[in-house]
Amino acid sequence: MEKLRINNISVSYGSIRALSDVSMSVAEGDIVALIGANGAGKSTLLNAIVGLVPLQNGEIDFEGEKICLPKHHQKLSTDLIVRKGIALVPEGRHVFADMTVEENLDMGAFMIRDQSVIEKRKEEMYDFFPILGARKKQKTRSLSGGEQQMMAIARALMSNPKLLLLDEPGLGLAPLIVQDIFNKIKIINEENKVTVFLVEQNARLALRTSDYGYVLENGRIVLEDKGENLLNNEKVQKAYLGA
Amino acid sequence: MLNFFQLILIYAGVYAMMAIGQNCITGYTGMLSLCHAGFFCIGSYATAIMCKTMGLSFWLSIPVAAVVAGAVGFLIGVPTLRLKGDYLCIATLGLGEIIRNIATNLNPVGYNSIPRVSLFGYQFASRNKVAFIILIWAFVLIFYIIFQRLAHSRIGRAMTAIREDEVAAASNGINVTEYKIISFVLGAAVGGVAGCFQTAYTLTVQPASYTFMVSVMVLCTVVLGGMGNGKAVILGAFIIQFISYFPQLTGLTNVIPAQAKQIIFGLILVVMMIWRPQGLLGRDKFRYGDPRSRGEKIRAVFARKKGGAV
Repeated sequence: MEKLRINNISVSYGSIRALSDVSMSVAEGDIVALIGANGAGKSTLLNAIVGLVPLQNGEIDFEGEKICLPKHHQKLSTDLIVRKGIALVPEGRHVFADMTVEENLDMGAFMIRDQSVIEKRKEEMYDFFPILGARKKQKTRSLSGGEQQMMAIARALMSNPKLLLLDEPGLGLAPLIVQDIFNKIKIINEENKVTVFLVEQNARLALRTSDYGYVLENGRIVLEDKGENLLNNEKVQKAYLGA
Repeated sequence: MLNFFQLILIYAGVYAMMAIGQNCITGYTGMLSLCHAGFFCIGSYATAIMCKTMGLSFWLSIPVAAVVAGAVGFLIGVPTLRLKGDYLCIATLGLGEIIRNIATNLNPVGYNSIPRVSLFGYQFASRNKVAFIILIWAFVLIFYIIFQRLAHSRIGRAMTAIREDEVAAASNGINVTEYKIISFVLGAAVGGVAGCFQTAYTLTVQPASYTFMVSVMVLCTVVLGGMGNGKAVILGAFIIQFISYFPQLTGLTNVIPAQAKQIIFGLILVVMMIWRPQGLLGRDKFRYGDPRSRGEKIRAVFARKKGGAV
């Protein structure tokens, strides 16, 4: 079943076109990766899904419901899109640096009004990311990059999303930590049945983890296939895998 | 001497009220707004016009001032709160000036001999300062408690999230625009109420007294005390008023020119930014989402003391 459907969307920043006629689809229960070089428009695409940047044309459907339409049309604001069950882990993590880990997780649960549910979910997160449990009273600023990334993911999971959007979860992290984070993403997907759509520069790892992949170049989708097929694709290997 | 101390207490109370409003906007939500003089002006005029021209009660003018100032805050907030940082600052600065100009055009000399405030038959006369001190500080206390509760509530939590990181706040399901407007309207409303008390004490209003300098002083109060800390901004109000009236207090009005105060405020802002950007008392420390009530916390402290451990 289709979870997210992106139909011919275009996005411009002033006169600069960031995305042109991008169409893609994310099936329920899958991990879908979007790979591409710097400036290809990957983050723009994720930001468009949650309504942080306006569309020029096209539309985005979530569970069969239109969530994003071009400007001048009635569209949902970011918080309402998030309430539908889409959680975004923004690029560069965007943690609340001056709050403790626990306060950050509380923020992630902003939409949940039942305190006992929040406590339960926090415990689940501490079980899943033990390092966060050990550091829950610490200011997020004092955490390492990898820990902050895990916290950003945990914070997004607090709202119990159906679709998790990850913007470069491996950005600026050591290879071992990146591997660790991708393993966690795999578990989240398999055990918690969360559909994952991730954007990544580390093409090899991203494609190996995902069921399906898209390649974005200069704001256009140039290739799409199953993750393993893309890994073996000559063009992808040449351009992104350095083979 | 005592007279001046009492005067400082009265003005510190009025400024503390304004600072509580400014703190809601700048301290909690992180919006740099510079139009508290405008809201202050609206409140002052509300009281002046209602008491003098319409012959209504002062007490009725308080909610009216709050609602009108809040409504103006809402009207200006909807288009401008999308702006960030310096841009918002300039837009609000313009608003403050617009309000002052409207007031000037309405009546260039302002209003004089406004009827005194009375409560249960007691008349608040300007020479009886103690009564005013009690009246104004009672209201400061009320607003302090209301805004302290607000800061610890769900709304306060959303405001803090917006201040820390708007993108993160939005991606956690917080309606950024909505909470920014709530914060701005509440801050404006308190600024308006502060104006009522100013009028009640001085019994005159003149458009010339609601200049940009007032907004700067209120912002200065919040920065000096500590942004996002209710107690700190009240402390800031005391210090700022003390500095303002220092020449009169020491009888040095002939030696220290009135302009010295502006130099001192500028100096305070610069010094604070360099050595203590968090303000004298720093940000209020409290934990969000703490399910325990205050009573339980106090009991927990006592229980620990009895145990003797730690």
